[in-house]
Amino acid sequence: MPDHNPPPILSVRDLNVRFGKNSIAAVSNVSFDLRQERIGIVGESGSGKSTTGRAIMRLLPPSAHIEASQMDFCGSPLLDKSERQMGGLRGKDIALIMQDPRYSLNPVLNIGRQVAEAARLHLGLSRTAALETARAMLERVRITDPVRVMKLYPHQISGGMGQRVMIAMMLLAKPKLVIADEPTSALDVSVRRDVLVLLDELIRENNSGLILISHDIRMVAAFCERILVMYAGRVVESLTRLDDAQHPYTRGLIAALPDPRNPVDRLKVLDRATLETAQ
Amino acid sequence: MIKVEHLDVVYGHKENRNYVVRDVSFSVAKGETLGIVGESGCGKSTVLRSLAGIEQGWTGSIEMDGHPIGKSRSRDELKLSQMVFQDPYGSLHPRHRIGTALAEPIHAMGLGDGWSNVPTALKQVGLPEIFASRFPHELSGGQRQRVAIARALTLSPQILLLDEPTSALDVSIQAEILNLLCDLRDERGLTFVLVSHDLAVIAHMCDRVLVMQNGGFVDELSKNDLRAGTTHADYSRQLFETSFL
Amino acid sequence: MSQAHDHAITIRPPGIGTRVVSSLHRFVKKLADEPLGMAGFIVLAVLVIVAILAPWLAPYDPSIQSLENALKPPSLVHLAGTDEFGRDILSRLIYGTRITIQTVLSISVIVGPIGLLIGIIAGFTGGRTDAILMRATDIVLSFPALILALSLAAALGAGLNTAIIAISLTAWPPIARLARAEALVVRNADYVAAARLYGASPLRILLFYIAPMCIPSVIVRLTLNMAGIILTAASLGFLGLGAQPPAPEWGAMISSGRKFMLDYWWVAVMPGIAILLTSLAFNIVGDTLRDLLDPRHARS
Repeated sequence: MPDHNPPPILSVRDLNVRFGKNSIAAVSNVSFDLRQERIGIVGESGSGKSTTGRAIMRLLPPSAHIEASQMDFCGSPLLDKSERQMGGLRGKDIALIMQDPRYSLNPVLNIGRQVAEAARLHLGLSRTAALETARAMLERVRITDPVRVMKLYPHQISGGMGQRVMIAMMLLAKPKLVIADEPTSALDVSVRRDVLVLLDELIRENNSGLILISHDIRMVAAFCERILVMYAGRVVESLTRLDDAQHPYTRGLIAALPDPRNPVDRLKVLDRATLETAQ
Repeated sequence: MIKVEHLDVVYGHKENRNYVVRDVSFSVAKGETLGIVGESGCGKSTVLRSLAGIEQGWTGSIEMDGHPIGKSRSRDELKLSQMVFQDPYGSLHPRHRIGTALAEPIHAMGLGDGWSNVPTALKQVGLPEIFASRFPHELSGGQRQRVAIARALTLSPQILLLDEPTSALDVSIQAEILNLLCDLRDERGLTFVLVSHDLAVIAHMCDRVLVMQNGGFVDELSKNDLRAGTTHADYSRQLFETSFL
Repeated sequence: MSQAHDHAITIRPPGIGTRVVSSLHRFVKKLADEPLGMAGFIVLAVLVIVAILAPWLAPYDPSIQSLENALKPPSLVHLAGTDEFGRDILSRLIYGTRITIQTVLSISVIVGPIGLLIGIIAGFTGGRTDAILMRATDIVLSFPALILALSLAAALGAGLNTAIIAISLTAWPPIARLARAEALVVRNADYVAAARLYGASPLRILLFYIAPMCIPSVIVRLTLNMAGIILTAASLGFLGLGAQPPAPEWGAMISSGRKFMLDYWWVAVMPGIAILLTSLAFNIVGDTLRDLLDPRHARS
């Protein structure tokens, strides 16, 4: 670390999210600090991992009640900001990369227009400068023929390329915080690694913080410095290495994964009843 | 048990001919579990759907239990193999109760009304009997997949065709379903053909794995190959490396 | 989870009675969250009750004339006034609900199944059958309902039955197209593939797998169409081609009232209000049904 103790990019204390009249919190008492590092949030469906990401972006539906004793982004509290101020932050200082590029890209605009639009909006560039920035950024995410790709529409490109375009669009304003929600689950295994390596490279280059939300504990362990394991809305464990896992849920999750190098006849199954009582 | 020779599946005509599956041959012994691994669009699901009889546009020859199988199948041929689908939300009729879904195969085959079978069918996949009166939307993904497996087994097929049976499920649920499938295989001496993009799942379940790319097989791996990480083709090595980060 | 194994429950298909009761129960529970839809349902329920109890509810006989009472404004004696023959308008409106309900019901009973069947057959079989059925649907769709009804009435003689036949003939194509669109989606579903694999016959797949998935949207569409049907029926009545006098058909009542409209407004306005309320109620109910039956349109 170059600095001894740089201020955290994001500091969350006791984050609680509740939906509507539902008495059970979707997220309860989540706390963490994010510096210029990569944090992974791991959990199964319904564990509250995506809700946490969206709560930070303030992108939850109006029925959600978000409470936190502290949720500071670069020192200023996110929860006090107006919807307008949040709109200024999103995309420029905080970026969200979602699971399926086919749904997050606008189907009626070509790739060039969409990326250039982001450049105009966040960097205040003119039309021609924005197109030039878009081309450079697409080249940066290792799209070999950016001029051709810029003329294509989202349905004409593959999932892997779509996700690169998404990354180019989201990272061209050099956001301080990037939240990637299952960025590779919709992609084929062979392009997953490329996309992650690319994301990692750009994050380091921009000195940003990354929150990688995924169900794949091995992938997260390989890419992140710190792993938060979520179960039933709570962070049950914070790890730096998978081997240090202590909590029965984390251990169960790892044991449930088949591993061809250590074949077993039966996979370990989570004992949900003991987990419930442990809660 | 299954013998496939020179299987081709072609879409389109003349100049636009597009080989989805090109000259694929393989055989599966009785009681064996064969895995087919590959990325989306490689044709692995099409091979499975041709085996099942859903995909009708194939040429070549398919033999099951020593008899050649045609494109339209008799009821006895259908009873030989059944399929479990990827999406547990789409494979059960949303307006049929679980009991109806489990009674349907027998009813549709004209072998009685099938309801007497429902409790045993539910029990063998580890679900309580009261589930018979529930609708699919009242069940979790894993429970639905159990029902789908139970339904596939009601006609006592010798072959079970599994199309990504766990890729829509959480890891812990995946483990439960894979264990269930292993138990059923051992109990009933079933022959499995398992298609997946997840090499870890394939390696856990299968005795033999075929690696598929662009409509054809590029590699064949034994259980020992998988354990040792041995591969015989560039593509399968690449698949191996990227599967385990 | 485990207590189920303790008691030996005999498992059998639930009877039609319990099924109806449980679905009704769920439906009413969901309806409670939709006050506007509830209001629409109440209006329709009142309409049906009025139609059934017409002889007991109507203060006068709808066809008895008393010329000395002609064109009396609304008062305590005649709540909605009287028409040019001194007939009590309220009583005529009450008896008129019978004609309206009869028209709407018979048209729905004819149009719904025909449209559904043609649509799902076309969507499920595809190919040539689909092309032939859909072209036929397109041809019928291009007839304007009112004009066809006019020519039919001219050929078969004016009357309520002719109006019902004419409207039915032109009302099924939209239903068929809707059912076909749904069937096209459903036939590719995994559960239909699974049904083929366990040997379900095409007829069984069509009626037991595809039809139940298409029925909700057909019901919604029918309900929304009813408003239009009521208006078309009223227009035919207005033009003198629907129910014939002295039948208290609402459209015909407006038609006869228009001659006195400037001086005696209630003669035309009262049936107008009845038509407005009824078609509005059908529209609201249709919208609510869509929200309740079709999860794709559900409000989050």
